[in-house]
Parts: sequence; C-alpha cells; structure tokens
Amino acid sequence: MLDNISKRILEEVADLHSVPEGAYNIRVNGKSESRNTTANIDITSKEDKSGIDIRIKDGTKKESVHIPVVVSASGLKETVYNDFYIGEDCDVVIVAGCGIDNCGSQDAQHDGVHRFFIGKNSKIKYVEKHYGQGDGTGKRILNPVTELYLEEGAEATLEMVQIKGVDSTDRKTIAKLDKNAKLVVRERLMTHGDQYAVSAYEVELNGEGSGTDVVSRSVARDNSFQKFDSKIIGNTVCNGHTECDAIIMDNARILAVPGLEANSLEAELIHEAAIGKIAGEQLTKLMTLGLTEAEAEEAIINGFLK
Amino acid sequence: MLELKNISFSAENEDGTTKAILKDISLSVDENRFIVVTGPNGSGKSTLAKLIMGIIKPTSGRILLDGEDITELDVTERARRGISFAFQQPVRFKGVDVLDLMRMAAGQQLTAADACKYLSSVGLCAKDYIKREVNTSLSGGEIKRIEIATVLARGTKLSIFDEPEAGIDLWSFKNLIEVFESMRSSIHGTIIVISHQERILDIADEIILLSNQGIAKKGTKDEILPELLGTSAAVNMCTGNTDR
Ligand SMILES: Nc1ncnc2c1ncn2[C@@H]1O[C@H](COP(=O)(O)OP(=O)(O)OP(=O)(O)O)[C@@H](O)[C@H]1O
Ligand SMILES: [Mg+2]
Repeated sequence: MLDNISKRILEEVADLHSVPEGAYNIRVNGKSESRNTTANIDITSKEDKSGIDIRIKDGTKKESVHIPVVVSASGLKETVYNDFYIGEDCDVVIVAGCGIDNCGSQDAQHDGVHRFFIGKNSKIKYVEKHYGQGDGTGKRILNPVTELYLEEGAEATLEMVQIKGVDSTDRKTIAKLDKNAKLVVRERLMTHGDQYAVSAYEVELNGEGSGTDVVSRSVARDNSFQKFDSKIIGNTVCNGHTECDAIIMDNARILAVPGLEANSLEAELIHEAAIGKIAGEQLTKLMTLGLTEAEAEEAIINGFLK
Repeated sequence: MLELKNISFSAENEDGTTKAILKDISLSVDENRFIVVTGPNGSGKSTLAKLIMGIIKPTSGRILLDGEDITELDVTERARRGISFAFQQPVRFKGVDVLDLMRMAAGQQLTAADACKYLSSVGLCAKDYIKREVNTSLSGGEIKRIEIATVLARGTKLSIFDEPEAGIDLWSFKNLIEVFESMRSSIHGTIIVISHQERILDIADEIILLSNQGIAKKGTKDEILPELLGTSAAVNMCTGNTDR
C-alpha cells in the first residue's frame, strides 16, 4: 500500500491519482512497489544492478508505460538503470518522473540512467517530471542521464519538467539519430532559493534527413543558478535547431551555452538563446487588468512555463 | 466622473534637459459620454491616456475619479476603481493564451463561451483564437482586436482606447463602430477613444483636439469637425495618415 506522501508525489510527477492503466512499475524508496505488464510490454528487474528492462513488442500502438519513482527516506542515495527496448512500428507513451520528499537532515539522491533503443519507424513520447518537497535540511538531488538511440524513421518527443523543490540537478541527455529519425525536446525548468540546475544535451545527427529541435524555457529566481548546454552535431544532410529562452529574476544566474558542430556541408544547424527579465510593459498591461505586480509576475511566469 | 486639474507632464531629454510634453491640462468628463481625443502625431495623446491610467505620473496637477483624488494611486488600484486601457501597441506574452488573458481581464469565472462572445464582437472567429498564444505569431490587426476585447470584457465605467482602428482593415471598421455603440448602451460608461479617423470622430459626443502641449479645441463634433476638416493638416490627420 502506498502512503499519503507517496500518493501526493505520484500525482505531481506522473499525474497519477490511482493505479495507471497499462504497464507500470512504481518504485518507492529503492524497491519495486508494484508492477504490471501487458501482452505487448514486458518489464523485468535487472539481475546485475538496480533497475528494470522494459521490452516493447513490434507494432505496439496506443499503449503506455508508467515508471515513477518516489524517494521519501532521508539519506537514501540510489542509482537506477532502466533500459527500454522498443520494437519497430510502435507508438507508445512513456511516463517517468521522480519525486523526493525529504524531511530529514541527510541528502536524498536519485540518479536515473535511462537508455532508449527505438526501433525503425517507432514513435515515442517520453514525459519526465521532477519534483521535490519536504522541509528538512537535507538536499533533494536528481541527476538523470538519458541516452537515446533512434533507428531509421524513429521519432522521439521528450518533455522534461522540473518546476519545484529540487535542490540540485545535473541532467545529461545524449542522442544518436539514424536516417530520417527525429528528436524533439521540450524542457521546462524553474529554480528558486539556492537551487542549482545543469542541463546538457548532445545530439548527433548521423543519418541523412535526420532532425532535432531542442528547446528549453526556464525561469531562475532568488539566488538560483542554471546552465543550459546544448550541442548538436550534424554529420550529414540534416536539420538541427536549439533554443534557450530564459527569464531571470532577483539575484539568479543563467548560463546558456548553445553549441553547433557541422561536419558536413549539408548540415543546417541553428541556435538561439535569449535571457532577460520580465518586460516592464508586460507587468503594466496585466496591472491595467487589475492584477497586482506580484500577481502579474506569477501570471507571466505560469504562461511562459506552460 | 473624471477630472484633470492643471496636469503637466515633462520628460527628460537625453542631454538631461527637461522637455514639456503636456502643459496645464484641465478637463472634466461626464458619465456616459463618448469622447474622442485627436491631434497630430506626437501631440501627447498617448501620454494623456497613460497619465489617466497611472502608467506615468504627472509632473504636477491632480486627477480625480468620481471626486476621489487618484493621482497617487498605482495602475492596479486605478484598474480596480474602474479604469481600463487598450494600448496603442498591445503587449505580447509567450505562453499566455487568449482565454488566459480574457480571464485576467474579466475574472476567472469567465466562461469560454463568454470569452468567445467578446472575441466575435471584435470580428475574430472565436474558436480559432481562444487557445492561441498572445505572442508574436498574432498579426498586428489580430492582437489589436484582442486588446479591444480585453477592455470590453472588463466592462468598467471608464474605458480608454488608444488608436483602436490602427491596423484594422476597412471592412471591419464598421464593426468597430458598432462595438463602441453597443458598449455604450450596455455598460453606460464613459469611453475615451484616441483616434485620427473621421468615422470615429463622427460618433463623438465631444472632440478634444490636442496640439502644442495643450488642448487646442474642445467641443461637440458639430463645432469641431468642420473646422478640423477645413485645414490641410487636419485632412492628413483625419484620413488616418499615420504610420503607426
Ligand atoms: N518618456 C519620454 N521621454 C521623452 N519623450 C517622450 C516620452 N514619452 C513621450 N515622449 C514624447 O512626447 C511626445 C508625445 O508622445 P505621445 O506618444 O503621447 O504622442 P501621440 O499624440 O500619442 O502620438 P501618435 O499619434 O504618434 O501616437 C512625443 O514627442 C514623444 O516623443
Ligand atoms: Mg499615441
């Protein structure tokens, strides 16, 4: 049985209000709490280390896999390896996400290493939310690593969200794309207090006609620090676009390091980065509608991160 | 309902000297009136509107709303007392959609159906727009109409529109006039429109002509319009020859 803290965290990271439909594996404090497999989606525990293998059969469509993680024990520190083997011609949604509740004085840390092997012409949508709560002095730390290998014609859309409560995060995402494969990344990040968040991407466009679009929208408040480091490598006829769009507030710091590497005359690569404070006229406009300055600020940020 | 007493506004030039933009403006506006403020580019029309909304503060003078001195009140407080303002150049927001904005204007209880009514009344096919982001993807005319709709949705006793017709195509112009007319009959509030357009001047109860930092003329349209149209400067002005 899940306790109330776990339930609350599952709602935050996976929009789960009850047991999900389809395949799932719910991990709580280092142990698999419950699991379900389907005719097309199999989940097995790894023998040699902590983590699971998820195997999705060729042609699996309109199915989903939920693999949320809850950490509510102060002092727990774990590294988990999850591998997804996705067959050909699939169309699936994968919802991961990690929530930490730390009321204690020791740091709680979850490092998830996720590898995706996506078969020919398969489509996946991967949603990963990070969330922290609890008023202990121990830090809530998440360092996810995501690796994606896309075969010919495969498409992956990644939605990465971290809005609240994670003290320190160092995210690394690497991807290698074959012919006509597509990778879309939408990252949304808000940091506050003394939080620290680094997000690094390295996308290799190896196959002809492959393409990627890596976009981060973020808000840094208080004394927080963010670094967005996005590198696209074009090795053939391909398209790459990366964008960092950030609102800076208070005494926060933001470092945007967009990187492009073209190793082919036919690689078309673009980067954009913009960092700025909330425009005064945006605040004024919302105040003419009757909002206070603080309410206007919230409304602008909420829209921006929506 | 609105009274301006000896309002002056000056701004600083780049070299540090001050430049008078409006000088000693006194004006009294009654309830349920349709006022059009006109005048050449740079004559201070938008400045006057911003002074009333509280976006800028006068260098001297007082502003009264229903007898209460609101000179020191900020924008939020004035908005809550019943003043609305449609910007000459509407502001854009990444991620905020049209329905969000309409709800900020009218209150969270505004239904999507009601928001659609306001959008339709300004000539936007509502279902196509309600979920659109109020960002740079909207055309100049579209965002101008949404701006007008937010003011309609607020339904306050004083609504100020800064060149609402700018960027709105001729075909829709008739609708715009209807919008003002129906707004008058439903809200019974006072509407101040800044405009260069003869057709808007034509429906005014009162026209105020700004020029040389002050009110050059004020009166009913029958008093002001023939004079305005008689001068060549005014002909340019009234055919909407502004590049804004
Ligand atoms: N903050 C400021 N600093 C310096 N000059 C200003 C400032 N604000 C306005 N002005 C000047 O004051 C004058 C009046 O500006 P305002 O925008 O009110 O004109 P307007 O009548 O609305 O013109 P338009 O018809 O072009 O919209 C202009 O010459 C403008 O350049
Ligand atoms: Mg103006």
